[in-house]
Order: sequence, then C-alpha cells, then structure tokens
Amino acid sequence: MQSLTNRAKPVAPKEMTFMERIYLPAILKGMTVTIKHFFMKKVTIRYPEIKKMFSKTYRGLHVLKKDEQGRERCTACGLCALSCPAEAITMTAAERTPAEKHLYKEEKYAAVYEINMLRCIFCGLCEEACPKEAIFLTSEEIAPANFDRGDFIYGKDKLVEKVHGPQGKVRGGGPLDKNYYHGNAQVTSAFQNLELSNNLKV
Amino acid sequence: MEITVIIVKFALIAIIFGISLLTAMYSTYAERKFASFFQDRIGPDRAGPWGIFQPLADGGKLFFKEEIIPTNANLFLFVLGPSLAMLTACMTSAVIPWGTYLTIFDTQVDLQVADINVGILYVFGVVSLGVYGIMVGGWASNNKFALLGAIRAASQNISYEIAMGLSIIAVVMVTGSLSLKDMAVWQGQNAWMVVYQPLGFLIFLICSFAETNRAPFDLPECETELVGGYHTEYSSMKLGFFLFAEYINMFISSAMLSTLYFGGYTFPFMNDLGLSQNMVSILGLVFLLGKIFFFIFLFMWVRWTIPRFRYDQLMRLGWQVLIPLAIINIVLTGIAITFFGS
Ligand code: SF4
Ligand code: SF4
Repeated sequence: MQSLTNRAKPVAPKEMTFMERIYLPAILKGMTVTIKHFFMKKVTIRYPEIKKMFSKTYRGLHVLKKDEQGRERCTACGLCALSCPAEAITMTAAERTPAEKHLYKEEKYAAVYEINMLRCIFCGLCEEACPKEAIFLTSEEIAPANFDRGDFIYGKDKLVEKVHGPQGKVRGGGPLDKNYYHGNAQVTSAFQNLELSNNLKV
Repeated sequence: MEITVIIVKFALIAIIFGISLLTAMYSTYAERKFASFFQDRIGPDRAGPWGIFQPLADGGKLFFKEEIIPTNANLFLFVLGPSLAMLTACMTSAVIPWGTYLTIFDTQVDLQVADINVGILYVFGVVSLGVYGIMVGGWASNNKFALLGAIRAASQNISYEIAMGLSIIAVVMVTGSLSLKDMAVWQGQNAWMVVYQPLGFLIFLICSFAETNRAPFDLPECETELVGGYHTEYSSMKLGFFLFAEYINMFISSAMLSTLYFGGYTFPFMNDLGLSQNMVSILGLVFLLGKIFFFIFLFMWVRWTIPRFRYDQLMRLGWQVLIPLAIINIVLTGIAITFFGS
C-alpha cells in the first residue's frame, strides 16, 4: 500500500534482548520517572474551597436577564424555543397589565418559562437567537445533581436574574422552592399542557 | 519469675501486634497518599489535617457496610478464609528480633517474642500457610472468579516460595545459623548481608513481591480479568481482613528483608558510642522501623510504576529465571566460602 506520508515505519516482531528480558533496567528507568513525579507540583485544585476561573466562553446554566430598571427583558417571542435543537425550552406568554409595567419590559412577557436541563445540551443557540438579549448562558453554577427528574425543569424562579447585590455578584439561580414541582405549584408547568416533541410531526 | 516471663512475653506480643496493626492501618493511608503523589495528585485530605484520620474513616466504613454471604457459599470456610489470612499474617512477627534487650526493673526483656533456633523455617511454614486463607476463602465463596483468583494465588505462591527458600539457603550458609537473631548479630559484627548476597537479595525481593500478592504480581486480585479475584464475594469487615492481611504481610516482608539483608536492628557503631544498653536497644528498634518503612515505600513505589505481569510471564520468571538464578547463587556462595573462608 502506498503510504500517504513518509513517516510510516515498518515493524517486525523482534526477539527481546537479554537486557530487555530481565526487565530490571526498564523497571529502574520507570521508577526514576515515577519518583520524579513524586516531588513534582501537584495539579489538584481543592474544589469547594478553591475554584477554577471559568473560561470566557464557558456556557453555564441559563440566566434570564433583567434590564437596568430591573424589568424582565424576555418578551416570550419563542425564538429561543424554536432554535433549540434539543427542544428543551417551553413557555407560556401573557399580556402585561398597566400595573405590571415596572416588572416587564415589553407588552408581552413569559408567564411560565421553563428549560428542561436534562434535555439541554448547552449549545448556546437560544442565546444567539434571542432578539431581546434576554437569555444568556452565563451562570457560573456547576450543573447540579438531583434525586428528582422534576427538579431538572428550571422555571423562572431559578432562571430569572436576581437583583444585583452591592457587590454585583448575584447573577442567576437561587435556592429551589421544594414545593414548586410537587403539586403545590402556583403556576402549572407548561410541559403539562403542551403536547411536546413526541407528537410534533416535522 | 515464671509469671514475670509470661507477662512480659504477653506484653511484648500485644505491643508488636499493636505496632503491626497500626503500621498496616497507616500503610493504607500511605498507599493512597503515595499513589496520588506519584500521579501528581494530593490524595485523601478531608478527614483531619492532611487526611490523617482517613484509615479510621475507612475502617469505620467497612464495619458498617452490609455483610453479604452468598447463598451457596460454605459458611464455615467462608468465615475461616479471612480469619486465616489475618492470623497467619500476624504470626510471623513472633520470631523477628526487634532489638537486643531492655533492662526494666532489673529484668532483662528480650525484644523478640521467641528466639527459636529454626526461625527461618518457622517463617517459611507460616508464610506458606498464608496462602490457605486466600485459597479457602476463594473456594468457599462458590464463584468462578474467586476460585480462579485463589488458584492463581496458590500456584504463584508455590512457585515463588521455592526461589525464596533457595535464596535464603545462601544466607544461612554465610551466617551458619537458622535463627534470625543470630543473623542480625552476625551482620552487626560483619557487614550487611546485601553486600555478600546482592543476587540473593534481588531474588528475595522479587519473591516477596509475589508472596504478598503485590503489584506487579497481583494476579490473584486482577480486576481486569477476575472482578475482585479471591475476594470478589467478600464484603464488610471480612473484605477488610483480606485487605488488612495484605498490608500486614507487606510490613512483615519488609521486616524480613531488613533483618535478613540490611542488618536488622543493628546500626553502625552501635557498640562504640558508649550508650547505655537500653538506649542502644531503642535506637536499634528505631533503625529497624526506619528500614522497614523504606521497604514499605519501595513496595508502593514499585506498585505505582510497573503494570501487572501476564500470567505466563509470571510463571516463566519464577521457574525459568529466579529458581536457576537462586541455585547459581547457592553454588557461587559455596565456592566463595570454600576459598575465602566464612
Ligand atoms: S443551550 Fe441549546 S439546548 Fe440548551 S436551551 Fe439553549 S438552545 Fe436549547
Ligand atoms: S428569551 Fe429571548 S428568544 Fe426566548 S422568548 Fe424570551 S425574548 Fe424570545
């Protein structure tokens, strides 16, 4: 066979020499390598105490942004849900009443906005699709572990950006309201009403 | 007088037993720490400062684990296996001389439980018993992987015991005694045995790796092929006993290596420094422990360096390389003794 590069080396089974057969020189060589590593600087990061900086392009959990007056930016246009390759986003739109002007930026807003974190592949297409700069994958929380599948459906309680603290540190997420997904919910899950992906004939 | 002797002996046994257990316990910790150092990690560091309570946590965990005994296992033998492994592991330490003697309240206390004149033979007897624990446990669990592991352990130990015994014969020829104490004293008067017996030392070292079932000869518990090897079916503290026995064995092997080839409790100028006898004894014990810890470190160092041998390589090394080499070593030693005197 013609080789594509000139780097190919022919190999043939070869008898081991005496030095190779008694193993000891090779073993000693290996031991010098390992003892060098014994004294080397350790690469471990003691995680909960010391955290590594996230890369600038890190795609973390989603955050639904607020504008500078603290109003939610999302207008429930549904473009993020449409662009999502994993069909992880669902929402229910509602019309803003005059009394809610300080809460929502646009006339239409998302009453329910849910992302199923088990479906999401963190591709960031929702972020790119959003015309209102409302959704970003910037939360630096590590994707969580849970005992309950229901807990992976993140609603607005966890997605909407919290008001910035004095240090401007609070970004998204927050403690989970345990009752929310177990029948005591005030807002019904959009997943319950929607015939989702399975029934969609494309 | 008789009563004092018995009490002293029992106290000594208890102390040595305690030291072996403590060393074995902290060997598990050291193993994990060293393993991580060799791999550029820092290892367990959560339980206490630098994780020094890790062995306690491990032990506690093993105690509280669910104990599972397979339905078709032979219950008596299933329990006997780990007990036997533990028992034989602890028995060898009886003949190892830990120092000369201490004088406490005008009583001379030998730092050796039993100075029997066939110490070496005793060690061999006990060591070869050690494989029964593994065999019985592996067979009783009624599991093919456990049985295969047990068979491997048996054949491996038998093969390497021959080379080990042959390498010690050369030591016996040089010192002219089978008692471990005499050997230590002889090395104190002359030089470390490793100077006279470099080849024998190498053979003995390799064989002790095989006898303790440590890497690169840990085929009896080879995870890639045999799940857990002979202790596949074991859980809870019975598993703990097997693992613990391995570490005690390692400790004892290191003690044997130090005693046979590195002077035991003797150290340079031990009789010329003008120290009191008690001081010399304690220093000797410290030196012996230092040597032992070095060998334990060596065991771990090798484990985290070399991959496991293949079974045919293991057998070829044992029968075709080590045994002939050991015999050659005996012949060379004999020639040397004949021509240069003892
Ligand atoms: S990151 Fe990708 S998969 Fe996840 S919700 Fe956005 S578009 Fe869907
Ligand atoms: S997040 Fe953006 S794209 Fe998605 S519904 Fe809201 S405004 Fe539209």
